[in-house]
Amino acid sequence: MNWNYIVRRVSLFLVVVWAAASVNFFVPRLGTGRDPIREKLGQLAASGGLRQDGIEAMVKAYQAKFGLDRPLYEQYWNFLADTVRLDLGYSLANYPARVGDLIGNAMPWTIGLMVISVLIGFAIGTLMGALSAWPGSPRWVRGMAVPLMTMSAIPPYLLGLIVLYILGLKLKLFPLSGGYSPGMLAIASVDYYIDVVHHSILPALAIVLQAVGFWALGMRGMMVTTSGEDYIALAEANGLRNRTIFLRFGLRNAMLPQFTALGLSLANVVAGQVIVEVIFAYPGIGTVLFQAIQASDYTVINGVVLILIMAIGLVTMIMDFLYPLLDPRISHRSGT
Amino acid sequence: MSGVNTGSRGAISAEDLSMSETREVMLDIQGLEVHFETRRGIARAVNDVDLQLYKGERFGLVGESGSGKTTMILALLRMIKTPGFIAGGRAVFDDGTDLLRLSPEEVRENRLRRVAMVPQGAMNSLNPVMRIGQQITLTMREHGEEGTKVEFQDRVAQLLDQVGLKPEVAQLYPHELSGGMKQRACIAQAISLSPRLILADEPTSALDVVVQRQIMQTLRQLQLQLDATVLLVGHDMGLMAQFAERVGIMYGGKLVEVGAVADVFRNPQHPYTQLLISSIPSFERRGTFKGIPGVGLSLLDSPTGCLFHPRCPQAMERCSRDEPGLTQLGPGQHVSCLLYEKDESHATSA
Repeated sequence: MNWNYIVRRVSLFLVVVWAAASVNFFVPRLGTGRDPIREKLGQLAASGGLRQDGIEAMVKAYQAKFGLDRPLYEQYWNFLADTVRLDLGYSLANYPARVGDLIGNAMPWTIGLMVISVLIGFAIGTLMGALSAWPGSPRWVRGMAVPLMTMSAIPPYLLGLIVLYILGLKLKLFPLSGGYSPGMLAIASVDYYIDVVHHSILPALAIVLQAVGFWALGMRGMMVTTSGEDYIALAEANGLRNRTIFLRFGLRNAMLPQFTALGLSLANVVAGQVIVEVIFAYPGIGTVLFQAIQASDYTVINGVVLILIMAIGLVTMIMDFLYPLLDPRISHRSGT
Repeated sequence: MSGVNTGSRGAISAEDLSMSETREVMLDIQGLEVHFETRRGIARAVNDVDLQLYKGERFGLVGESGSGKTTMILALLRMIKTPGFIAGGRAVFDDGTDLLRLSPEEVRENRLRRVAMVPQGAMNSLNPVMRIGQQITLTMREHGEEGTKVEFQDRVAQLLDQVGLKPEVAQLYPHELSGGMKQRACIAQAISLSPRLILADEPTSALDVVVQRQIMQTLRQLQLQLDATVLLVGHDMGLMAQFAERVGIMYGGKLVEVGAVADVFRNPQHPYTQLLISSIPSFERRGTFKGIPGVGLSLLDSPTGCLFHPRCPQAMERCSRDEPGLTQLGPGQHVSCLLYEKDESHATSA
């Protein structure tokens, strides 16, 4: 890997983020005809039973405050400048909360839940998928392919409802919702962490169960191809141990495409698992995004999407840098 | 005598002719049977094969596709996969070990240490994510070889030198090597534990003739150095004539003729061998391309009596009835054909 490649790849990352962020800026402004500020003020007025007299003036004032009264190109310029400073502005629906704070509070919950679930699902799924396709596996292991396929076909929110019903409602083993017990002091204590883990098990289970199926299916396909390769046959003819052939000749080669998918999957983590989080009332990004969509809170939606764009751009870039280490046939020396 | 074409690859030297009889047997294969279970019945891919391999000889196994050459090699390595299985026979080494009666762990230890394989498709026979040196070292370690990193580096360098590769190759990945270099690396790996028997399944089929010649020379040199026996499988008659001392001709899973390479090529006895030899194109006899009439037989629906009789121009009435046994003709030359069986009672014994 050389500097020339790194510079080109980082530039590509910046262009991708700029292009995606611009699309994200213009699309919501292309004439939905809705005015989130007016709607929010209308709601407040209605729930407070007040007369709607001063609302026009308030809408004007807020629009001026958010810069929505300026021409589009000026808004776009400000948006770009803010983005570079990572300033996501104020929430439209929860003013004066800042979008950065809303996302910042929810992010650790989502990352903690999702990264761990995705990694566990990846590890188990990849191994099971590989074993289910390996000619040397016992018959019952190869038969695992069918339940794995079934699991990958059931969406995680449905699995979520199933585990919620059985483990949460019927057996009462785990709490039904939330990220921690109400009234628990959110301070770093052992009790608090145990409580948090206890709350995260059901949503994690829903995600892991589906992820295991997903990863197993991809891995199984790759392993079927790999197990027919000449180098596997020669390794066997050379009297290598079955375990060595499986791990270092089979799994190692079949896994290469899985890494690409894992990278994208980890990047998507920052957007949360909207439906799973909503089902479990989990205080993560998914829930924030869900509420923002309900309230037409454009700045929050924008913020979540922007972070997602950056995460995907960043992860694909890191993957590109890592590939030569994973597969010696890929190199960035020249021309590529 | 039909004209034997050995192309421009050289002739058979006189010393090759004098071998065979005086040598000691290293591997004695008796009645080897490999069957494949199919929905339409049992296919006998290797059918009652008897073969003695001498110590330190180069034996060539020739036959058309599907004649059971590769299956036989895989049987010796105990790598027959379901639905195939070894249905009978013995393959006894001179120390009394029967290859067909080893436990799974013995089978594993036996591979490479006693019986090594040089693969057919060297292009893809090395693990793409492992350096050549790493692969050879790993293979030796898996067989219980011990030593420090440096000791293994030295051993790998020496092995690479033996097959004509530079020591730097140890640091390279397979995709950085040419086809010939890959095959050399595979050979280096195959000889890493000084095996007594080297099985080479068309080791040069994917290589051009120049590289092919170099590889065969390397293989021959190593065979002499190690005093190993090489069992070369293929259908390149020119290559066989140049490399092997003795050849065996297979048809439909049966060994139909065995003999010194010069005898078989200059004076083939079995009608199938005669047709096979005369089908080799030659510069001297340019003309119509001769083949063997009919198509290769189906193992599921094989004829009674001699398997070759439906295609045989010299077939007699009893050929469809009696199964031929091996008849000895000259010193070391055997043929399985009723033309040479005078005594009818002997015929059905096999």
